[in-house]
Amino acid sequence: MSVLVFADSSEGKFKKSAFEVVSYGKKVAEQLGTNVVAITINVVDASQLYTYGAEKVVSVSNEQLSIFNAKAYASVLQQVAEKENASAVIIDSSVNGLYLAPIVAVHLNAGYASNVVALPSSTSPFTVKRKAFSNKAFSNTTITTETKVIGLAKNSYGVHENAVNGTTENFDAQISDADLGVKSVSLDKATGKVTIADADIVVSAGRGLKGPENWGMIEELADVLGAATACSKPVSDLGWRPHGEHVGQTGKPVAANLYIAIGISGAIQHLAGINASKVKVVINIDPEAPFFKAADYGIVGDAFEVVPTLIEKLKAFKQA
Amino acid sequence: MKILVCISHVPDTTSKINFTDNDTKFDTNGVQFVINPYDEFSLTRAMWFKEKQGATVTVVNVGNATTEPTLRKALAIGADDAIRVNADATDGFFVAKQIAEVVKNGSYDLVLAGRESIDYNGGMVPGMLASLLDFNFINGCIGLEIENTSVTAVREIEGGSEKLSTSLPLVVAGQNGLVEEKDLRIPNMRGIMMARKKPLSVVEAVDIASQTSSTSFEKPAARGAVKLVDTDNIDELINLLHNEAKVI
Repeated sequence: MSVLVFADSSEGKFKKSAFEVVSYGKKVAEQLGTNVVAITINVVDASQLYTYGAEKVVSVSNEQLSIFNAKAYASVLQQVAEKENASAVIIDSSVNGLYLAPIVAVHLNAGYASNVVALPSSTSPFTVKRKAFSNKAFSNTTITTETKVIGLAKNSYGVHENAVNGTTENFDAQISDADLGVKSVSLDKATGKVTIADADIVVSAGRGLKGPENWGMIEELADVLGAATACSKPVSDLGWRPHGEHVGQTGKPVAANLYIAIGISGAIQHLAGINASKVKVVINIDPEAPFFKAADYGIVGDAFEVVPTLIEKLKAFKQA
Repeated sequence: MKILVCISHVPDTTSKINFTDNDTKFDTNGVQFVINPYDEFSLTRAMWFKEKQGATVTVVNVGNATTEPTLRKALAIGADDAIRVNADATDGFFVAKQIAEVVKNGSYDLVLAGRESIDYNGGMVPGMLASLLDFNFINGCIGLEIENTSVTAVREIEGGSEKLSTSLPLVVAGQNGLVEEKDLRIPNMRGIMMARKKPLSVVEAVDIASQTSSTSFEKPAARGAVKLVDTDNIDELINLLHNEAKVI
């Protein structure tokens, strides 16, 4: 028996979520009285995972897997899960993880719970707490199949060091043409920009900014903080900002350490999408804005005065 | 092209979420149900294929009779017919299995769904369905063009998008961007009248065991009151974020 963890990577390097799922997988393995095995695909230095408790790393190198392909990756995970006799497979609930996990679940005849936020509260029956109702509630979900697939929500468990003497073993995965039925043609990715999914800090602005021409200060604030920029739904609907920046219930989910909302009133749909963030700051001229009820810190004031001052003060703080 | 659109029946986005029976059941009291917003993007794209490329569009839901008004709404938007699989949707796997039967029986070559439902947020059905049927699968789809059986699609990735090529048969899980928000349709009176006459068939569920069950629900812990900082004391905000919240 084992707990298999998929440690996701990009261009040969681990994503931050990889360390979180390994940390989590190590604990789940302890609960089940077994070992954790991590699987990596085309990673240069897999031994980094030993720091987070991976006793064994199965390393797959394959040219055909250089770009994420859900079905082919699922096939690799299935092969390794069967070889390692995995009773649980843990995958992050990122865009790629959510694409991959249901396919893996069907291949392994396993029950699947996505967006899990905590360690299993019980291993028999196997019960996990997961996000539901668009962050307005949690569901305690029991998985009744022998093999389980768990999708771990970002930033919910955290990265925990737990160094072990690990070993890495290469694995020659079999990829068939049927696994490559969907082909990547091209990627369109902003380079050098922090993505909302990866960001520790997200700076988000709404209609209170009055027009797209005023986003300079939002970008500058994000720059100072090393943050990603985001926006409310009305702003992307108006075409002031691209769709990819829309956060909220029907946009991108945000689970950052710090979420700064500027000129966003805090409609229930917006709050649903961002309230997995740890600390929320709201800057709004309207003291009655519902966001103040959901935030940790607030400033009632004009964004056009507050934000430039905040930028200046933060620059001084960063230099100090 | 025969298109099947999966329609989930969910509480409106503004609904208050409460539970009954010792927090084991969702409290539907006073809740308005709608077509799952993600599914609506897919349904609207299906209408485009119907109007421009002569596709037929069937909508399907796995649920009890209370979901029929939601299916009627999809018919009023323009779907040709509807199927309700008569069963309580117990988990994503169960629903995927039921829809897989519908796809096999109806020989659909394109299944459109939403990325996830806004109630259980499982994101399970489209990927499981594609795997059960051995169809190609695109998740988080924000662009879809089909010529004969060849497909060009765009999906959202972290920090951008990815262009993909594949072929029918195919399952697509859509989201905002598959069509623009402004292109979503509100049923008009004529559509509503016509929807009443369109076929809505009820089929019995196949006997499948669920793999997961929701045993109880809980709401997030109440949070403390917001700490307000004065506009002329922004240093205090930086101090709080650094020393108290420890996030900068």
